[in-house]
Amino acid sequence: MSPKIKEVDGRELYTGNQEMTGSSMLIQALARENVDVIFGYPGGAILPTYDEIYRTGIRHILARHEQGAIHAAEGYARISGKPGVCVVTSGPGATNVITGIADAMIDSLPLVVITGQVATTVIGTDAFQEADIIGVTMPITKHNYQVREVDELPRIIKEAFHIATTGRPGPVLIDLPKDVSTASGFFNYDQPLDLPGYQPTIVPNKLQIKKLADAVTNAKKPVVLAGAGVLHAGGSAEFLEYIEQQQIPVANTLLGLGSFPGTHPLSLGMAGMHGTYTANMALHEADLLISIGARFDDRVTGALQHFAPNAKVAHIDIDPAEIGKNIETAIPVVGDAKEALSMLIAENGTPSHCDKWKQQIADWKSEFPLWYKEDGESLKPQRLIEMIYEETNGDAIVTTDVGQHQMWAAQFYKFDQPNRWVTSGGLGTMGFGFPSAIGAQFAEPEKQVVAVLGDAGFQMTAQEMSILQELNLPVKIILVNNAALGMVRQWQELFYDERYSNSLFPIQPDFIKMAEAYNIKGWKVDDPKEMQTALKEALEYDGPVLMDCRVTKDENVYPMIAPGKGHHEMEGIKP
Amino acid sequence: MKRTIIATVNNTSGVMNRITGLFARRHFNIESITVGMTENPAISRMTFVINVDDERGLDQVIKQLYKQVDVLKVRDITDEAIVARELALIKIVAAPQNRGEISALVEPFRASIVDVGRESITLQVTGDQQKVEALIDLVKPYGIKELARTGITAFKRGTKKSVFDGPKYSIIN
Ligand SMILES: Cc1ncc(C[n+]2csc(CCOP(=O)(O)OP(=O)(O)O)c2C)c(N)n1
Repeated sequence: MSPKIKEVDGRELYTGNQEMTGSSMLIQALARENVDVIFGYPGGAILPTYDEIYRTGIRHILARHEQGAIHAAEGYARISGKPGVCVVTSGPGATNVITGIADAMIDSLPLVVITGQVATTVIGTDAFQEADIIGVTMPITKHNYQVREVDELPRIIKEAFHIATTGRPGPVLIDLPKDVSTASGFFNYDQPLDLPGYQPTIVPNKLQIKKLADAVTNAKKPVVLAGAGVLHAGGSAEFLEYIEQQQIPVANTLLGLGSFPGTHPLSLGMAGMHGTYTANMALHEADLLISIGARFDDRVTGALQHFAPNAKVAHIDIDPAEIGKNIETAIPVVGDAKEALSMLIAENGTPSHCDKWKQQIADWKSEFPLWYKEDGESLKPQRLIEMIYEETNGDAIVTTDVGQHQMWAAQFYKFDQPNRWVTSGGLGTMGFGFPSAIGAQFAEPEKQVVAVLGDAGFQMTAQEMSILQELNLPVKIILVNNAALGMVRQWQELFYDERYSNSLFPIQPDFIKMAEAYNIKGWKVDDPKEMQTALKEALEYDGPVLMDCRVTKDENVYPMIAPGKGHHEMEGIKP
Repeated sequence: MKRTIIATVNNTSGVMNRITGLFARRHFNIESITVGMTENPAISRMTFVINVDDERGLDQVIKQLYKQVDVLKVRDITDEAIVARELALIKIVAAPQNRGEISALVEPFRASIVDVGRESITLQVTGDQQKVEALIDLVKPYGIKELARTGITAFKRGTKKSVFDGPKYSIIN
């Protein structure tokens, strides 16, 4: 029996338990996993699979560099909540996706990466395009597999999807030797999973929840630090309900933005190196710190010896290894954030009496808001982000690259909704912003997707403009162009006595001409007065757009916790 | 502090690599690591002797091991009643006239002479770490030419009693 499960571009995908080749198994399994798009790039060792892609018509997006494909898969995963699937060839194809795999690992994004491999008969002989991708990716995948026998393939694919998407999500790699992909075997996708060594804890311990609820009742200065774990769990609604029930102020990590409405009165904004003064001071003075799905990254904590010195720490995390890793934790809660929040809501503990604390926070907020100074001449990058926020009604999907523009976007775009924000947090991968916007647009074809990019980072993966051109994908590229590696320049200004080593661009390409080469409409803006109108026009344009926005060249991101300093030692807190 | 940890793991290719890689990249300090099959050929058993600074460090080692999909069970057995043994091969300088003396010297350790060369002999000893180290110290003056130690392999004794409880009675009374 072969039930029809999908029709794509007039071609049909069938599935059923029957004899077939390894490549057919792979595509059938992807269909069973409801994969609606693959990002990839073909080559010798993976050709049998590409032949199957051709035959079945399963949707495949051809990137122009494997790094583009993997970051697109990441953007897709972040926005859709589904695993991003990336298929590449052996050797250089596989090594070109390493950065994206490491990025997905540290930011907990579910990916299934399939790499071609040389035939099993020549593995280990330094064959043409052989690379030990299993060895290379062992530390940067949640798990990886090399398929040795075609009969193992259905089990491995099923396990890979399960492992990538459950517990703390992450990338799983399957290395598929060419001879295995052409060998015939029996496809059975209905075997139950058997993974005794992989049993993530979803439902937290009730006693710990009770302890946490009591700690809130007794706290005088409680604060929540919420990370991407809340988003991965799909727990934003529960989070809002819990916070409104308990009236606890909320700081977000960079990746947690949108898990709690940025314009909510209890929102303190982002914490960390370039977070708000209020969020950082609240963490510094808190007597109870509840971290939910955040891992106390050093960019969030600043110097550990100064971090939250008076706080009792409660930590809700689905990954037990994160609890106690960096910070001594009094109340560990292992489990899914959404489950934990639902249990906390049901627990309905007495909220803490913390009116004085809230007053203190309100005072910080009004005295030390995020700031920048207009000079009446140049376009301020912060103002540019505010305009994007205004013109998209705060509801666009925003992706960024890494650097100053990323921090300004995090500071000045107030995310009220979950799953609108795509950025490379843990690895800080330049080149991520543009292709991840492409993936995000595939996840949400009807939504406005804005890629806020630095002029340097964009040049790392700019070749993916081909995808926009080919598919007329309406991604809006906004270059925050300061003719520099802005963040590097800032550090050289502040910590290296203005020795600008290799951070200022003596020349730059004509970005508008670059866009035109791909038939993408370009706008160049350097006059602040023209910015808003141009932006409106570009955002309304039906198709892909590149805006080259010439911003103030020597603007710095403030406020800032300098390296080695604590939250209470922020600099640049006022104009 | 020194801890002895045992783990049962899937006997799949690369599992040793996964675990040693994990220890290296997290800067966990391993003193020894042994691995071998169990009564179930699909499952291997590993014994680690590690050095950690504190409880939190130990907690991390155990949790990070558990995160590996191929790791089934992890246990710190340092404070439990365990049988812990290692094997050492010690090649020492031994002129023919010294051999009788050496043989007598190592007898209380139940060490055996497993190879004899013109200028050397090779001893084999098994036991807990202290015993092995004591023997090594003892034969050092003869001149150790080569030394190979397997590292500790261990498991729990058949009772639940802790080693530190000591016997509740002695054979004297
Ligand atoms: C792949 C990679 N290489 C180097 C860096 C170090 N780095 C961090 S920010 C930055 C400058 C980015 O410049 P640009 O893209 O123009 O953004 P801006 O900071 O100017 O907004 C660099 C080089 C990085 N994060 N990623």
